[in-house]
Amino acid sequence: MSLRHTALDALHRSLGATMTDFAGWDMPLRYGSEREEHVAVRTKAGLFDLSHMGEITVSGPQAGELLDHALVGFISALGVLRARYTMICREDGGILDDLIVYRTAEDEYLVVANASNAQVVLDALTERAASFDAVVRDDRDAYALLAVQGPEANGILASLTDADLPGLKYYALLPATVADRQVWLARTGYTGEDGFEVFCAPADAEHLWTALSAAGADKGLLPCGLSCRDTLRLEAGMPLYGHELSTELTPFDAGLGRVVRFDKTSNDGQFVGRKALEQAAAEAETNPPRKLVGLVSEGRRVPRAEYAVVDAEGTVIGRITSGAPSPTLGKPIAIAYVDAANAVPGTAVAVDVRGRHEPVEVVALPFYKRAR
Amino acid sequence: MSNPTHLQYSKEHEWLTAAEDGVSTVGITEHAATALGDIVYVQLPEVGTTVTAGESVGELESTKSVSDLFTPASGEIVEINQAVIDDPALVNSEPFTGAWLYKLRVTDTVELLDAAGYDAFIGA
Repeated sequence: MSLRHTALDALHRSLGATMTDFAGWDMPLRYGSEREEHVAVRTKAGLFDLSHMGEITVSGPQAGELLDHALVGFISALGVLRARYTMICREDGGILDDLIVYRTAEDEYLVVANASNAQVVLDALTERAASFDAVVRDDRDAYALLAVQGPEANGILASLTDADLPGLKYYALLPATVADRQVWLARTGYTGEDGFEVFCAPADAEHLWTALSAAGADKGLLPCGLSCRDTLRLEAGMPLYGHELSTELTPFDAGLGRVVRFDKTSNDGQFVGRKALEQAAAEAETNPPRKLVGLVSEGRRVPRAEYAVVDAEGTVIGRITSGAPSPTLGKPIAIAYVDAANAVPGTAVAVDVRGRHEPVEVVALPFYKRAR
Repeated sequence: MSNPTHLQYSKEHEWLTAAEDGVSTVGITEHAATALGDIVYVQLPEVGTTVTAGESVGELESTKSVSDLFTPASGEIVEINQAVIDDPALVNSEPFTGAWLYKLRVTDTVELLDAAGYDAFIGA
């Protein structure tokens, strides 16, 4: 299958980006040094093309009730122009995807799925919508998505829009005019920094990218690829579907049981997966499964996804889901599922790095939290 | 990107100097370093070991991946570059100079290309 290209493809190539196949999209992996891009987001600002993300619009009088039924969150309780991190699960509680839902109007929501799962989410929402007065629309081609992330993001946006940025709280959005283009401006991100995500018409993407680049030029903004996006989210302890999350796991297995809202009042409190998730919640209390923890290495070798976590005797006690050299900590870090008995912060364990056991310490997530 | 004309190159993207008193210096090319991204860990063979041309003798780790380090020549390792072990980022910043990896007493090599041949090979 040929790769899909975003509206910014020509621009990425003119910037000399190294491209990569990500979920069927030809995306920028990095433009220069991924470490420098990472540091730019932590200390100044970075500009990302995230147009591979899957937008789905749900509208109609029962749009909120449909999402309450189809997702694990209490979506109809979300205020207009607010956003929520949530998940869509199977009847057996397995995670189909993690999502951000933006309430764009009283009777309209924008659901943003991972590129790799966009079709699965679209199909599930469409199927689950059958008995609701709501319409599920595939809007993947209707939007390009840019993100400006980092401590300078606010100043960069402020120079291009009259929108009320001080009033735009974390996990909120606004219809705004940015660089003379109409966009949805959201204060969301996947980096652990303050920042914005800009949903725009694909035809406006290049104009906005150029305007944001120019506005950020004297503030240290760098174009940033998916490689640093991954290390940024890893330091911030944010899960990535296919690594920390899968259909084999429930939100409770992933330590994210808080996203499951058993207290929903719509649809008599019923939603897809409720029964299995109640069981998973009870199990997590009495007989905890493997826990998601952080690992920090004092060595140089990088613990990577799928490597085994072992105890002092060499017995396998867990498995790494994501790992990378952390530019902020200056050490290799990883997220792993480990047996509850070894999940206490401070526990010394090891990672089997291609046959050699590298000592690591269990730490609480996240590895990095920005100063506010 | 220009590949120095005084070096020879393997198709596994190592460079090799002409032997001086039988000893050649080995590194990886700028093309390879750029493709790998930021190098964070370098594992080199130990001094005194004998290696065989075309075999894996170490590892290069970048942010995203682990790659075998192949040797373009057979022979005994006589020196390794501690500076590149201490600061793997040198591989990205000075691939043809400060980031030489090891020196060996050469007995044989894989098929090598000159700079023009390597340019053509990588489509430069």
